[in-house]
Amino acid sequence: MTILSETLDTLYFIVPLIIASTIPLMLVATGALYSEGSGVVNIALEGIMLMGAFVGAVVMKQFEPTGTSTQMIALIGLSIGAITGIVFSFFHAFASINMKANQIISATALNMFAPAFAIFVNRTFSEQGTQRVLLQRNYRIPSVPLLGDIPIIGDLFFKGAYLSTLIGIILFIIVTIILYKTKWGLRLRSCGENPHAADSLGINVYKVRYAGVLVSGALAGMGGVIFVLSFATSFNANVAGFGFLALAVLIFGNWQPKRIFFAALFFAFMRIIANTSAAIPILNQLKLDDTIYRMVPYLATLVVLAIVSKNSAAPRAAGEPYDPGKR
Amino acid sequence: MLAKLRLLTQKNLIGLITSFILFISIFILPGLLPAALIPALLGFIGLIGFGYLGYKTYLFLKENPEFKPSESTTLIKVSGSVIAIIAGLLFGLLMMLIVNPGQAFQGIVTIVSGGFRSIQAMGNMIYFSVPIILTGLSVAFAFRTGLFNIGATGQLTMGAFTAVFIGVRWGVLGEVSPTLHWIVALLGGAVAGAIWGAIPGLLKAYRNVHEVVATIMLNYVAMYLNTLLITNYIYNSDYARAMDIKTTAATPKWNLDLLFPRSSIGAGIVIALIVVIILHIILNKTTFGYELKSVGFNRDASKYAGMNSKRNLVYSMLISGAVAGLAGALMFLNLGKHLKPVNVLIPEGFTGIAIALLGLTSPIGVLLAGLFYGSLQQGGYFLQLLDYKPEIIDIIIAVIIYASALGLFLQKFVINTLKAREMQLERSKQNEALEGSDDE
Repeated sequence: MTILSETLDTLYFIVPLIIASTIPLMLVATGALYSEGSGVVNIALEGIMLMGAFVGAVVMKQFEPTGTSTQMIALIGLSIGAITGIVFSFFHAFASINMKANQIISATALNMFAPAFAIFVNRTFSEQGTQRVLLQRNYRIPSVPLLGDIPIIGDLFFKGAYLSTLIGIILFIIVTIILYKTKWGLRLRSCGENPHAADSLGINVYKVRYAGVLVSGALAGMGGVIFVLSFATSFNANVAGFGFLALAVLIFGNWQPKRIFFAALFFAFMRIIANTSAAIPILNQLKLDDTIYRMVPYLATLVVLAIVSKNSAAPRAAGEPYDPGKR
Repeated sequence: MLAKLRLLTQKNLIGLITSFILFISIFILPGLLPAALIPALLGFIGLIGFGYLGYKTYLFLKENPEFKPSESTTLIKVSGSVIAIIAGLLFGLLMMLIVNPGQAFQGIVTIVSGGFRSIQAMGNMIYFSVPIILTGLSVAFAFRTGLFNIGATGQLTMGAFTAVFIGVRWGVLGEVSPTLHWIVALLGGAVAGAIWGAIPGLLKAYRNVHEVVATIMLNYVAMYLNTLLITNYIYNSDYARAMDIKTTAATPKWNLDLLFPRSSIGAGIVIALIVVIILHIILNKTTFGYELKSVGFNRDASKYAGMNSKRNLVYSMLISGAVAGLAGALMFLNLGKHLKPVNVLIPEGFTGIAIALLGLTSPIGVLLAGLFYGSLQQGGYFLQLLDYKPEIIDIIIAVIIYASALGLFLQKFVINTLKAREMQLERSKQNEALEGSDDE
């Protein structure tokens, strides 16, 4: 009986945490899928996430002293994050689509710009001159009506949950359906596989690639806000490498949404284990250093890459600027 | 061999004499002269250096009287970088105008004058540019051989840990000979970096894993591994950082601290210069470098031409990693600098990417770009005297990189401008000639 209750306690403790970090990973990885699917490699996700998180957090902080309801503020923050992501990723799209620039270089520039900009602006304008944006309110929903009353499952998933989690899951499903069940999604994927063939069928490759990058920007920006809301509860000029981790999720998930979901879950699980291993009785007895758990996702991705890279499902034209005159 | 050497000496006699004078006045004279004469010595060194460069340019123009700027690819690429730098500085000015318009122009002057405000600032500029130059070289070398090494951070971290470990634990070496200790620590760092760099090379050569992805993953593995190793083997729990290195493991100063008083400059810049020269020779003067570049351009064609493309790929990453590892070793083989077990990627690795691109991926370009970055960094330091935060430097650098990513576009712009000017010149010459004939 004690073992059972102990396990349940542990579960009550870690499952909400795992969910909280699965959602941003999953969403941002799907964003990467859109961008790479259309043929533009986007390693700027870290920077875009950070930018979205920064602007989202600042705007949410402005609303906090007003009488706006907590969940409304969260909604505003999420949409602001998405808009910021779109605007910021536009620069990557412009460089890599119109200017045919090296996609890694332009993304690196964005990755360098975002933290510098966030720290500079925040230290200049905040009253104490710090780089941190602290959110005051608690954005958890104490208990979802009806669903929260279900024994065990209610406790696990619907008590102390976040609105962003629900929105994230719904978005993930919608975005996946668009990519795989609509004509537009097929066109987008065709531009990543063989842009010349797509062009010959009358698809405007430039437009489609813009759409791919901007969608990835929106999802990454929103992912940044979700990270701040549910995982970090404050903005401190970083997103803990979640942008790069999302890339790992994409690769680990072999560019397929279903596998991306499980990859995100696994990575989030390892991350939470690392953060909480001291508080979990079974793991505490193992006496492993928590950095080992943190390392596992990256190592696992490397191993998976080494094993499956020969039959990887990566879009064939990802990373190559589209040049209509090239054979 | 001897005849060849004699020929080279005869051809570059002036160059040899200049380097000899420079060597004496940089490494030996500061120890002999009184402190009051040091600024004069610095002026003398600058005069000799720039005089020699001017002489070289004069020779070049004399030998190529038909030189047209629009047809020199190097010149066009360099002006692309210069335009990018100007764009970045303008953006910085704009940011400062928005934040605090009163001091903005004073601020931009501070940033641009940066490392040249005082002798001390100049020394610090060189000191801080050393790791940046080396990581820049690491990225640039890989880039020239067709690989994108995002993993300089990870290789630097591994190099730093190994060097510090040797610096802390192998004090025996210092008792044998103080020089031996820091050299072994430095080489240890380079070897660790090389191993860490070879992993993505092997993965790419034999398992077809893209090096960008592999190096990103390895960066994080290195970051956590570093934390793990420090806390387990060389932890100073009182200060939550790695233990102090033995004094024999610190890189020497070689009189440079006398030349630039009160600054942190040391032998690092000399080592960086040596690496610049070695990489320049490998890339431009050897068959080995030619093969590496050829594999980068077209793997299949090189294979067809009989080159071992897989082996060459691994060698590229090995060398690139070794240089990044050296950067890490030089960063932390200084007394008073400590590795910390914090899970943060060391930013110098990413700056290296920027510097490699700004330096047009040529070793000498990287050297200049690295010094430029060091100067900007000093500018950021002085900027705090005004009412600005130093992060504006990183913003400027990011914009510069973005602008240089649009390189093709900028280069076309430069070519067109130059061509238009040359056309105009020619036309006016023709007109003059025509007018002249009218008079007769």
